Amino acid sequence: MDQHIAETTGYHSAEWHAHGHHKESFVTKYIFSQDHKTIAKQFLITGIFWAFVGGILSSIFRLQLGFPDMSLEWLRPLLGGWITDAGKLDPEFYLALITMHGTIMVFFVLTAGLSGTFANFLIPLQIGARDMASGFLNMLSYWFFFASSVVMLCSFFLKTGPAAGGWVVYPPLSALPQALQGSGGGMTLWLVAMALFIISSLLGGINYITTIINLRTRGMTFARLPLTIWALLLTAVLGVLSFPVLFSAALLLIFDRSFGTSFYLSDIYIGGEALSNLGGSAILFQHLFWFLGHPEVYIVMLPGLGITSEIISTNSRKPIFGYRAMIGALLAIAILSFVVWAHHMFITGMNPFLGSIFMILTLIIAIPSAVKVFNYLATMWQGNIRFTPGMLFSIGLVSFFISGGLTGIFLGNAALDIPLHDTYFVVAHFHLVMASASFFGMLAGVYHWFPKMFGRMMDAKLGYLHFWLTFVGVYLVFFPMHYIGIAGFPRRYYSWTNFDVFNAFTDLNTFVTVAALAVMGAQLIFLFNFFYSIFRGRVAPPNPWRSNTLEWTTPLHPGHGNWPGAIPVVYRWPYDYSKPGAEEDFIPQYIPFSQTIESNLPHENELIALEEEEEGIVIDESSESH
Amino acid sequence: MFEVAIGLGVILVLVILMLLFRVQSLLNVARGSDKKIESTSNRVNGLLMLLFMIAGIVGFFWYSISEFDSYNLPNASEHGVITDRMFWITTVITGVVFILANVALFYFAFRYQYKDSRKALFYPDNHKLEIVWTVIPAIVLTLLVGYGLKVWTQITDDPPEDAEVVEIMGYQFAWKVRYPGKDGLLGGYDYRLIDPVNEFGVDFTDKASLDDFVPREIHVPKGKPVSLKIRARDVLHSVYLPHLRVKMDAVPGMPTRFWFVPTKSTAEMRQETGNPEFNYELACTEICGRGHFSMRLIMVVDEPEDYEAWYNSQETWLSQNPTYLSKVPENLQELAEAATGINIKN
Repeated sequence: MDQHIAETTGYHSAEWHAHGHHKESFVTKYIFSQDHKTIAKQFLITGIFWAFVGGILSSIFRLQLGFPDMSLEWLRPLLGGWITDAGKLDPEFYLALITMHGTIMVFFVLTAGLSGTFANFLIPLQIGARDMASGFLNMLSYWFFFASSVVMLCSFFLKTGPAAGGWVVYPPLSALPQALQGSGGGMTLWLVAMALFIISSLLGGINYITTIINLRTRGMTFARLPLTIWALLLTAVLGVLSFPVLFSAALLLIFDRSFGTSFYLSDIYIGGEALSNLGGSAILFQHLFWFLGHPEVYIVMLPGLGITSEIISTNSRKPIFGYRAMIGALLAIAILSFVVWAHHMFITGMNPFLGSIFMILTLIIAIPSAVKVFNYLATMWQGNIRFTPGMLFSIGLVSFFISGGLTGIFLGNAALDIPLHDTYFVVAHFHLVMASASFFGMLAGVYHWFPKMFGRMMDAKLGYLHFWLTFVGVYLVFFPMHYIGIAGFPRRYYSWTNFDVFNAFTDLNTFVTVAALAVMGAQLIFLFNFFYSIFRGRVAPPNPWRSNTLEWTTPLHPGHGNWPGAIPVVYRWPYDYSKPGAEEDFIPQYIPFSQTIESNLPHENELIALEEEEEGIVIDESSESH
Repeated sequence: MFEVAIGLGVILVLVILMLLFRVQSLLNVARGSDKKIESTSNRVNGLLMLLFMIAGIVGFFWYSISEFDSYNLPNASEHGVITDRMFWITTVITGVVFILANVALFYFAFRYQYKDSRKALFYPDNHKLEIVWTVIPAIVLTLLVGYGLKVWTQITDDPPEDAEVVEIMGYQFAWKVRYPGKDGLLGGYDYRLIDPVNEFGVDFTDKASLDDFVPREIHVPKGKPVSLKIRARDVLHSVYLPHLRVKMDAVPGMPTRFWFVPTKSTAEMRQETGNPEFNYELACTEICGRGHFSMRLIMVVDEPEDYEAWYNSQETWLSQNPTYLSKVPENLQELAEAATGINIKN
């Protein structure tokens, strides 16, 4: 079979290395690169940087929650004036920590780091394209994200601190510097950073959609697309439709903050003075925010679901169960995600009738989610499962998706949301179903496609250790939070000792903090494995996971343009694993049915005639060569 | 000196770990064990899946059952009984799915781990199965939605006519409550009238405002509907009464409300919880700034007759702050004198 790859793609030919590519300077190759693979790595490494920043922020506030009496004096060299004279965390800085933790994790890590990495890396490689539709816009997309990162990072160094009104930045709190220090310069930088981020996200999204629609190789119909690509396509569509709404919400907030308008402000008396703003609606912002905010949850989630569909199928050596149902479920989730936003607002004073409508729509979304879970389980059933680190993280994702998804049925029910809203039950819910699941999708993807990214393997044993510590740790962090939430503990509390009703569970909170620090420590194993393997890992075989998709037909270190020879033609869907009659337990997408007579299904034999007809078509690719 | 020792120790540990890592990876290459798929690692991972599942389920049931009383807050309102019941019904239904789906996941992972001798089953779809597992969740969810809608509509319905009206206002970082007084009507307000004393911005040209009173604690009668009129003065806040399962945001510029029927007086709760210090507490659940975690207000649930007595013994706000009598227009001054017992002309 390897022989066949060599013939169709010709990547062993020595002459390819000699010509065809003009010499690139360091700057055009590694910094302002237009190669989708390099841009993907830039997104990934920036994403890893932000993940550690976000993780460290959460470690600091978990110390406050788990060890309220501990002296944090030793953090003074890092935090300076944010440690009070008593050696405690400043309560306002605590709010800044949770705000920036949320913002960074949701947007910079799980949107840019996840979609940015895998959409860029996988779309051209898996659909058989030389690069993105526009390499230049793609490069801009990364650099806007970089600029956004720089601005957001700068806000940590302001005297008044970064934004602190929660990652949802509800006005009036976020609009009034007199209400909260972080709502001064920190909030301004937050808004600027988010505006840049949205531009980055739109440039990327438009590119992904265009590329998937227009640049699929011959034979790569939509019904033969790997589920990763389906998921990334719908993610991009969600982003393109919803991020502009966040942009408008942010813009109106900028107007309210800086130009004296009253879109969100009304009837406010603060700091001993009555503001002149009248007629605005604080709820309007929440509607606009969650119109992005809810699809955003799926922007974060869908790539992970796509990645795991691919990895679970490959490593179970079985076709993904119900390929079409999986696409249908993705589509249903994507569409429904636009009509459920107000379930975040059941108790904001919104008309209860509206709450009823959103409750019905919200619970409908549980159905396609359930279908996805059952299909994953059916894929593993009677499989032949190989536990690669990627597979382990995929199994972890499915488990989180089940455990965290089910609590969504509580919160989507408006009547149950009354006691549960804004308690730790919500924190437990979304950290499992959205945050941890997506993180696991991202890690699964990194382990799985690392050999394609860097031509080397990550160490599997360290991967296993990383997985088990993280997986068990995440459950130990977030599962106890359900109990704390049922007991009614509110979110975003600096301390609970002011209330008799919340003055319990100190031991459980300490336990959660210890588990969280352990999870954080386990990520150092990953960090080491990642960077060590880039330089010193074992050289990867061409197709280490014996996978069907096209990226494994490229050379070990694909150049700009991906395939040195012609782009392979696709003849079949990507999930022909363990087909009865076939010698190997996988048949890659570029193998025509005419070569697999022994394993063809009846309707596939009919396609052979079509294949032969198409052989005659010659495509002139010279106009696209790079 | 001590720091140097720690630093050296850390470096030593890292070097040892690094060496161990190198040794194991070289051993792997020497043995060629990373080329095998049916390897010890694969079996260990499969076994760990099973162990994790068993430990997880045991831990889940053990903690849920043994700590039930510590995470299950006593309930003291009529609608709270209904939402609590719905909560536990939902917990049972989702709990069954939670266990079954996770067991299937980890058991399949263990049971179908890689064997060279076996080939996976080529099983791309089964329409009947897919329809079954789409329709069953759909039916269960429809039932849950129907149940939820009924309860939600009841809870958010208009308060009964005879409900006790209490106004509660959130501000950075406390709560204030105002009662309508003997006339049963809350006076109007305007945020532009707020000053350090008149914190509600009460409009004294409104007749209904003259007998309003502003106590330190919030009192409500047991067994009678109470309608909270909720507002905020500066940023968003949220009224949260954990024992009464009450929660509703307070929004500047947009009054909201929530009504409920308390079923246990403070004294009864002290007996039930065995805690003589017990008090109902009202907290804030919408991030509102530095003091968000300290917006505590004590609520007292009285027996109806005690409530009546307390209500009638309250002094009106105007009589506590007689300087504001000057804001009362001429035509209402007689009424104001009656309400406060103060002779304005003097």
